[in-house]
Amino acid sequence: MKLTGAQALIESMMHEGVDTIFGYPGGAIMPTFDALYDYDKKVNHILTRHEQGATHAAQGYARVSGKVGVCLVTSGPAATNAITGIADAMLDSTPMVVITGQVGAALLGTDAFQEIDVVGISQPITKWAYQIRRAEDIAWAVARAFYIARSGRPGPVVLDITKNAQFQEIDFIYEPCTFIRSYIPTPEINPSQIELAAEIINSAKKPFALVGQGVVLSNAEVELKEFLEKADIPAAWTLLGASAMDTDFSLNKGFLGMHGNVGPNIMTNQCDVLIAIGMRFDDRVTGDLNHYAKQAKIVHLDIDSAELNKNVKADAPVHGSAKDTLPAISALLKPAKHTDWIAEFKQHDDREFEKVIDREVYPTSGEITMGEVIYKISEATGNKAVVVTDVGQHQMMATRYSKFSQTRSLITSGGLGTMGFGIPAAMGAKMGAPERTVIMFSGDGGFQMTIQELGTIMQEQIGVKMIILNNHFLGMVRQWQEMFFEERYSFTKMQNPDFVAIAKAYKIDGQNVSERSELDAAIADMLKDDKPYLLVVDVEMKGMVYPMMPAGAAVDNILLGE
Amino acid sequence: MEKTLYTITVFSENTVGLLGQITIIFTRRALNIETLSVSPSAIKGIHKFTITLFTTQDVVEKVVKQIDKRIDILKSYYNTDDDLVHQEIALYKIATDNLLQQGSIEELIRKYHIRVLEMNADFVVLQKAGHYAETQQMFEELSETVGVLQFIRSGRVAITKSKVERLSDMLEGIKKYQN
Repeated sequence: MKLTGAQALIESMMHEGVDTIFGYPGGAIMPTFDALYDYDKKVNHILTRHEQGATHAAQGYARVSGKVGVCLVTSGPAATNAITGIADAMLDSTPMVVITGQVGAALLGTDAFQEIDVVGISQPITKWAYQIRRAEDIAWAVARAFYIARSGRPGPVVLDITKNAQFQEIDFIYEPCTFIRSYIPTPEINPSQIELAAEIINSAKKPFALVGQGVVLSNAEVELKEFLEKADIPAAWTLLGASAMDTDFSLNKGFLGMHGNVGPNIMTNQCDVLIAIGMRFDDRVTGDLNHYAKQAKIVHLDIDSAELNKNVKADAPVHGSAKDTLPAISALLKPAKHTDWIAEFKQHDDREFEKVIDREVYPTSGEITMGEVIYKISEATGNKAVVVTDVGQHQMMATRYSKFSQTRSLITSGGLGTMGFGIPAAMGAKMGAPERTVIMFSGDGGFQMTIQELGTIMQEQIGVKMIILNNHFLGMVRQWQEMFFEERYSFTKMQNPDFVAIAKAYKIDGQNVSERSELDAAIADMLKDDKPYLLVVDVEMKGMVYPMMPAGAAVDNILLGE
Repeated sequence: MEKTLYTITVFSENTVGLLGQITIIFTRRALNIETLSVSPSAIKGIHKFTITLFTTQDVVEKVVKQIDKRIDILKSYYNTDDDLVHQEIALYKIATDNLLQQGSIEELIRKYHIRVLEMNADFVVLQKAGHYAETQQMFEELSETVGVLQFIRSGRVAITKSKVERLSDMLEGIKKYQN
């Protein structure tokens, strides 16, 4: 079959099962957009308003569906605009293929119009980056790109395709990629590692498990539950591991890290065996590594061998997919009961409720708090919604006070902490899970970083429910200024526009709430149908996210506020 | 922590841009590469990088894992000098007049096991193979006596003393993943 390179590119994506593309046309990718014109029945192309929006939308789509997110943009500034989303996907292990146009091969290296060294720029923040200069390489490169993006520890791949390669005609034959000799995505499990891990866990009196996104990425939620239940092991999740278990699962002890729950953080330094599952001991989880779980034997399960012994030395490193390693270890576990140990979490839960949660979630007077809005919305959705967040105070509040009853329900920018992630990621999440309610929490700062994507929501009628928790501050920075910079509020106060009026200009319904008494009705109004909606809630200006483990402090050094 | 000279060996596919992928891993950790040598390996289509650097074992372990993680890298590992037979080669360009003023160069040739690669009325090019300390000692001696017009030393090349051949083992080991 004779095809142009542009057609071959799209046909290749069809072979990979692509049904949704987030993109933005421009000079060097025009032949491909021209070819795409004939595929409008087969593939849904979403025109975002900025290439960063396209990347975050692809991330939201990928995170919620488990499929590879796809972006199609042009060269030069489009590629540089996409960089933030690519970096975000790298740090959060999100499967994504970003296709960038490039000037014709004859012009490469001449500083041609909109030419930029995309492969060079993206190399440190991609799993693989490749420039296609000839049409005959397209099928091979696309097959390889999708295989690399989705297999093993997932991540972003960039394909930079020159304009001449899009025009050239070739005989098109597609073969999926199933093997690359220099790349073993999912290693066979090593029985001696499994036996050692099981032996350590079987000898534990006070075991504690840390649940990371690896469980979700490998679809090992059921295997996780069986593992925890068999040996009666309490567990807590990282930011990206959130929703890998149900919130109400009896062994789920909450959220780890800087703004996590008191119990899991304190117990990290009390347990005798710490079992880390598909997580990478990020500094926001561990705090000071010199005072992190020194008393415990460490069992670390990860598919990426570069994560084993990177931050925390493991007594039993277990290399492999959690889907394989968890059941293998479970099979060797002796059923156990750790009732007294698990009961020890309660005192910390009680203290946190009394000092922090009661005031944040159930206030009866004063201004509206972030936590109460989030908790009410979670309840109103039956704890079934996909919760997407931007970055900042509301992000930590949303993770703390949303309840989850199914997996892939918290979509948030963890590793990179990208403000502006929220709106486009929520669009992508809704496209990836159209049957689910998608709730997007943002702050007034982050919302304005990708506010242009309201145009995409309008054009595509994407039914995302957006909530701005408006405190007229860059709240998280303000919180640090209050705590660590002597209340010197350097450039964190914001004069904001009338967000509801802006949404209205984009034909998106919404309302602004500043009284507690109006909140329930406003939430009900927002959730009454499946149309896009913006709810702006004026919350207390100087709200604080507690508990807080200050940066660099030990994991059991937790501040609970006044 | 004690810094040691480590030799990192990398086997890779022969694709464009791999050197950049490797060097950015060093750049990120602000590590200086002491020497670097790249050439085709014994197996067609596979390239070999030999990189030396001063660092701690903790860091070199992580660096090697980060390199190994790149898609087109087949195998990466590190050794200390004890595990290796290694060699560098140095060329020295000296003004012929200066050299002749010294009289006989037999002593120099015997002492350093020098080869003479070129000799004409203007200059002589000497070659010495050896460890860094050896080629450096000769450079210093020549500099003090006859003067050196140009001096160049190659990156290290090295062969492991171990009985394990890691690349062959790796290539053998991945066969089970191919179907």
